[in-house]
Amino acid sequence: MNNPLTIFIGMALINNFILVKFLGLCPFFGVSKKLSNALSMGVAVTTVMVAASAVIWPIHYYILVNLHAEYLSTVVYILVIATLVQILELVIMRTNYALYSAFGIYLALITTNCAVLGVTLVNTSEGFNFFESLLSALGGGVGFSLVLVIMSGIRERLENTRVPQSMKGLPVAFMVATLLGLAFSGFAGMV
Amino acid sequence: MTKWLKELTKGVVVSNPIFVMALGLCPSLAVTNSLDNAVGMGAAVIFVLLCSNILVSILRTWVAGIVRIPTFIVIIATFVTMVSLVFQAYVHTLYESLGIYLPLIVVNCIILGRAEAFASKNNIGMAIADALGMGFGFLLAISMIATIREILGSGSLILFSNTLFSLPVLSDQPISLFLLPAGAFLVIGLLLAFFRRTGLIKNE
Repeated sequence: MNNPLTIFIGMALINNFILVKFLGLCPFFGVSKKLSNALSMGVAVTTVMVAASAVIWPIHYYILVNLHAEYLSTVVYILVIATLVQILELVIMRTNYALYSAFGIYLALITTNCAVLGVTLVNTSEGFNFFESLLSALGGGVGFSLVLVIMSGIRERLENTRVPQSMKGLPVAFMVATLLGLAFSGFAGMV
Repeated sequence: MTKWLKELTKGVVVSNPIFVMALGLCPSLAVTNSLDNAVGMGAAVIFVLLCSNILVSILRTWVAGIVRIPTFIVIIATFVTMVSLVFQAYVHTLYESLGIYLPLIVVNCIILGRAEAFASKNNIGMAIADALGMGFGFLLAISMIATIREILGSGSLILFSNTLFSLPVLSDQPISLFLLPAGAFLVIGLLLAFFRRTGLIKNE
């Protein structure tokens, strides 16, 4: 798993966060009703994932490992992510208000997005170095955005179709996810 | 007392966290590939939910509104760390197979959701009832999904390394689709549609 391309494709397609690892399902079903929202959410999540990986890597290896306090990693990671999201929100609000109003609300939601904490946990458990961590976060984010956008495109079309009463809303979204998941399982074994 | 019982039972059916509110899907679908994993995850979630609800309820008058959410997250993360240390020490195989999904309980929307929506506004007794009800509702829902996936996907059902039963034809040629991630989406979607069709759960 040391080839950069392998890590990127592995995280984006083979171990796709949404369809294979079930991470980030809440925004997947909540936000994926409109294409434009899905794109903003994807960009926001990817940004936070890369930033969180960049900040957490030195904290983990230079502070937690040195102090033999790896058991604190869950607490530390979530605090770092929560703080980072707040700072990013402030920075974006001050520098680019148009961008802030485009994905301001999603930023706040990202703190409890499993995909962000997930990518940092994966980085640590796979023992990635700093650049591999960034790459895996970027791959994970791209894969997340890709599936979110595909899903929202399908759901926009679903609005105009006749779905049985008891399948409306969530159940039919799960069915779409099943088909997407089957499609993505074709990537397994690619690397 | 009746109000207490009402809070206890509401989480199991009326507002089941998974089927009705669709909360906490992320770390729960991944572990429904076997009943063992689902029960382990359910137990961990019940413990964390109970402890965090109690602590949040005790602290509710002291925590200032503006630092509410970070405080809740730290409380939850602490209990999650405790659970993962206990699992690592006593049920190591389960710990290994849950993998990153155990620390991911921190971001399980059910727990933060209950702390914010219920425990921070109610007394300890009510918070305990709410946690137990929601916790068992969660355990019931993911065990149900895991049972279906394990029976169809491997042809047998194993709980704590005892084979409960094994179906003759299915165990030779299991429908491995159900053990794939796509199978989890299929099962939960069909279950949800079935519950709505039978009227057990109201349509949106």
